[in-house]
Amino acid sequence: MKTAAAAAAILVALALQTTLAGLVVRGTAAIDLVLIVVVYIALKSGPTTGLVAGTVAGLIQDALSNPILGIGGLAKTMVGFLSGVLATQFILNGPLPRFVLLLMATGLHAAIFMGLYMLLDLREFPDPMPAVIGQALGNGFVGVVGFQLFEWLPGFVDRRRAGRFLKR
Amino acid sequence: MALADIRQRPGVLLGAAILLHVVLISAQVNTASGLPMLQVVTFGSFSEVQRGTMSTVDGVRNFWSGYIALRGVHRENEALKQALQALQVRVQEERAEAQRTVSLRQLLELRERANLDTTAAEVIAAAASPEFRTVTIDKGTRQGLQTDMAVISPAGVVGRVILPAGRASKVQLLIDRNAAAGALIERTRVQGVVEGFGDGSLRMEYVPATSDVKPGDLVVTSGIDGIYPKGFVIGTIEQVERGNGGYHVITVRPAVDFTRLEEVLVVRTPPASREVSEGKQ
Repeated sequence: MKTAAAAAAILVALALQTTLAGLVVRGTAAIDLVLIVVVYIALKSGPTTGLVAGTVAGLIQDALSNPILGIGGLAKTMVGFLSGVLATQFILNGPLPRFVLLLMATGLHAAIFMGLYMLLDLREFPDPMPAVIGQALGNGFVGVVGFQLFEWLPGFVDRRRAGRFLKR
Repeated sequence: MALADIRQRPGVLLGAAILLHVVLISAQVNTASGLPMLQVVTFGSFSEVQRGTMSTVDGVRNFWSGYIALRGVHRENEALKQALQALQVRVQEERAEAQRTVSLRQLLELRERANLDTTAAEVIAAAASPEFRTVTIDKGTRQGLQTDMAVISPAGVVGRVILPAGRASKVQLLIDRNAAAGALIERTRVQGVVEGFGDGSLRMEYVPATSDVKPGDLVVTSGIDGIYPKGFVIGTIEQVERGNGGYHVITVRPAVDFTRLEEVLVVRTPPASREVSEGKQ
């Protein structure tokens, strides 16, 4: 995966995420598009790229919305790295494995993110489990669909071009 | 090249990224005490490094000074022991010198107080026979000493010169069996003769039994013997008994410790001239 495409995906995800900021469930965003993009980059490019993507995306996201710069960055760095490691160890091309991966990634992200905020006594997260589960499911569904569309779209365009060429 | 190398080591990159985030977070968060967490963590971490470094340095230093550097300690210990012994000897010498200085000062004071022509002498030997209580002093005829010159010390009367040689003289101590001196009891002015008894004590003879004498009375020279100048302390009366013939039997404890005689004064004024001068006075 090219760097420019990854950067563009992160930027688009960030832009969309800021417009979807109203979708908040109990203090936690229902869907974390940036996280989905980081996981996808890690799946396609491995742990190192996933780590860098997670760091960059997380820091930008922190700078845009979170009071402490670095907590979201650290969480997404870990998610990007571990997702990349899992992708190199297991075959994660099917929707179900990817769904499970997104669930785990969301759980890990929430654990690190909320855990650090609570550890540093900066913010309270009363009863976070429903929100985390909701976000994990949302990320899972949106991610799996998005991954399929993203991978299906280039082939669809190619096939359509090829069809037009044959009709002529 | 380096970038590619780092890409081959994602673990290192992860560690660096985590460290970066931790530092970044710490820089923004304050501790409960209000201090920046980065500062606290950095200081705390660095202080642990300092502590570890100091422990290592201390350990090496202790090991060095406690084991390796002890190779020369035995030799140094021996040298120190020798130095200590030399110092102990030196202390003894200093102490003896101090005591000698004290006795000489007392002798000097006596000399000034007595207002007599005296010369200081040092006891250089004791009697050859225990039957005779004599000492040898380091002054003789060359220093003007003659027979029957009185020998005194700061504590009291010592004896008289009986055998002057060129550079030494024999002194008969007052406690010798053959020694005697004219004496009087200072409190009552009763006169008598003090004689040596041979055992270290003195007897005062010819004191009438009717006279007032009691233990503790001070006995001094009367000067009538023509040897000892008047008024020098002989000793104190220790015991008074009633004797035959109308005289007391009086035991006198000498004022001088004859076992520790070191320096004495010899009264150089000839006995006869002294008698004459005292007679004139």
